[in-house]
Amino acid sequence: MAPLLEVKDMTHYFGGLRAVHGFNLTIEPGQIRGLIGPNGAGKTTVFNLITGVYTPTQGSIMLEGQNIKGMKTHKIASRGLGRTFQNLLLWRHMNVIDHIRMAHYSQLSYGLFGAFFGTPACRREEEEVRENSRKLMEIFDISQFGQHIVGNLPYGAQRRVEMARAMATNPKILFLDEPTAGMTPDELIRMIEIIRQVHRDFGVAIFLIEHRMKFVMELCESIQTLVFGEIIAEGPPEEIQNNQKVIEAYLGKEDVH
Amino acid sequence: MEILKKLFRPFAVVPFAGWLFGGFVAVLLEYYLGDLVSYYLYLPKIPVLFGTLIMLKEPVLIPSVIAYDLLIYLVPMLLLGKFLAPITNGIATMLEKRPLWVATLVHLVALYGILHLWSGINDYRVLVVKLTMISIILTLSLNIINGYQGEFSCSHPGFMALGAYTSSALTLLLFTNDKLYGEALLPPALGPWLFPLVLIAGGVVAAIGSLIVAIPSFRTRGDYLAIISLAFMFIVKSAVENLEVLGGPRGMSSQPNYASLTVVFVWMALCVWIIHNFTTSIMGKALNAVRDNEAAANSMTVNTRKTKMTAFMFGAFWAGVAGGLFAHVLRYVNPSTFGIQKLAEILAMVYFGGLNSIYGSIVGAVSISVLSEALRPLELFKWIIIPLILILVMIFRPHGLISFTEFDVKGIIRPRNKKPSEGVE
Repeated sequence: MAPLLEVKDMTHYFGGLRAVHGFNLTIEPGQIRGLIGPNGAGKTTVFNLITGVYTPTQGSIMLEGQNIKGMKTHKIASRGLGRTFQNLLLWRHMNVIDHIRMAHYSQLSYGLFGAFFGTPACRREEEEVRENSRKLMEIFDISQFGQHIVGNLPYGAQRRVEMARAMATNPKILFLDEPTAGMTPDELIRMIEIIRQVHRDFGVAIFLIEHRMKFVMELCESIQTLVFGEIIAEGPPEEIQNNQKVIEAYLGKEDVH
Repeated sequence: MEILKKLFRPFAVVPFAGWLFGGFVAVLLEYYLGDLVSYYLYLPKIPVLFGTLIMLKEPVLIPSVIAYDLLIYLVPMLLLGKFLAPITNGIATMLEKRPLWVATLVHLVALYGILHLWSGINDYRVLVVKLTMISIILTLSLNIINGYQGEFSCSHPGFMALGAYTSSALTLLLFTNDKLYGEALLPPALGPWLFPLVLIAGGVVAAIGSLIVAIPSFRTRGDYLAIISLAFMFIVKSAVENLEVLGGPRGMSSQPNYASLTVVFVWMALCVWIIHNFTTSIMGKALNAVRDNEAAANSMTVNTRKTKMTAFMFGAFWAGVAGGLFAHVLRYVNPSTFGIQKLAEILAMVYFGGLNSIYGSIVGAVSISVLSEALRPLELFKWIIIPLILILVMIFRPHGLISFTEFDVKGIIRPRNKKPSEGVE
């Protein structure tokens, strides 16, 4: 059987600038994988390339054996690729439950006619979505904020709303772009628990970008290190931690006298 | 503000049904005693729009007008509302147990009854009520585009013109003998029954016309839509001016009298209902998502381009329907009606009332239309006062009076003698 996600030799240029070079990635169902690297290494670009925000200059991206390279973002998303964003892209005028309801968009079977006239089929489906949204809100511990506008929520809760929203698209793989950026240590521990729970309960594969070593080491089975758009090391956490190249990339070269 | 709140507190127990009942009695009072009361108050006749016109024309009569309004409207409504609150709350509780649509229908019928009786006093009132209701449709349909979708479209008069001319041409061609198109093609008795189809045809033509704006401008975001839609409005206007088939600059007249108060009211209620359904459904929320952050909407499986196009066509459809009604209310249309003045009027209603809100659109449409009628004697100054009010609203409430609130029928008609039931959400 083909792996869940297979990226082969993905290369992307922004004009003359080579942002990502020869990127390979294979994710099997249920894996948690991490992508680390210093600022500006191209981690988010990798995300944007796989999720269809940009189309890679070269290479192939296969989701469950089917080519998704060049597809529109919303199509890729509805095939089972959910994501969050590094700098929280929430809808500022909408409340929490609407965020999560909204993300069920591609799973709706009623059409415009149903929406206009509130047909029984439409109402039944909307009720199911509401029910599912409530469950998700409970899992992500944001039930108490249901009717609040997202902008008024504490930062950690906003992060969780974004994750709940991504899970509502019913993904097979969840892409998390720095899920703990700007979080307090307490919130960080909670986030680890939540990600574990999501992984366990939904059986979803997770691919995450992270800066905090503690977080990555604790969660990921395998880690890739990206520097200047190229993978310099790949392997289980302990190996990466002791990899000379990775240490050099993060801390700089040690001068040998 | 505090004083107002204090004054209103005793009346917080009055349910919507109570106000409707009070209004009904007030209207009945006017119907039977209006002439008598106005005679004793030295008023020439029953004040048309709560006496605002008379006040502005003859300031001497201001006390009489105030006395009239107090006697006929305010005092009966407040007293009945207050003292019958236990009974009307009982009725509201009874209706609350029925399905929502039954309760809503009862309230709507009552509201219609009041409007019918009130406007029965003279033809001017009928016209004002009809035009106000058409403004509600227009404002709502523009609110979909400018509020829910967060774009800035200027082409509404154009869509209205498409609807107005399509439906006028159809009714004149099919149901009347007139000098433009000759003999009626269908028996005129069918006219009123097929009128809804004619209006829908007008709406559909407007929706198709809207594609001319939507296809080029939704490739990108930003000011393009405003410019292209403004151009579209002028294109429609000058196209109609140059089409002799549609009467050219002289316009079209003697449309059959199909748009009665009932018809307009039903269409308005239908419009509010459908737009409410749409905007509260997930499909409608997708519009909000696209407005607030398109990239995020895209990643959450929303086809943003399709969503924007659909909503734009939907808005245009209702503008077309409103145009059709407008043409059959005035029974005369000419191209210059659908110009920049109309655009300013609709935009004022939308931004005054509040973006992203059905309440807001209703409030905006009603207040601006009534205000512009009431201030008519001031002539030129009217167009100083109304914009001034608009500027003040923009300063103190940048999103409009009532923005970003969901229309909640259940909340409006609930009984007020107990706390609202604690919802899960």
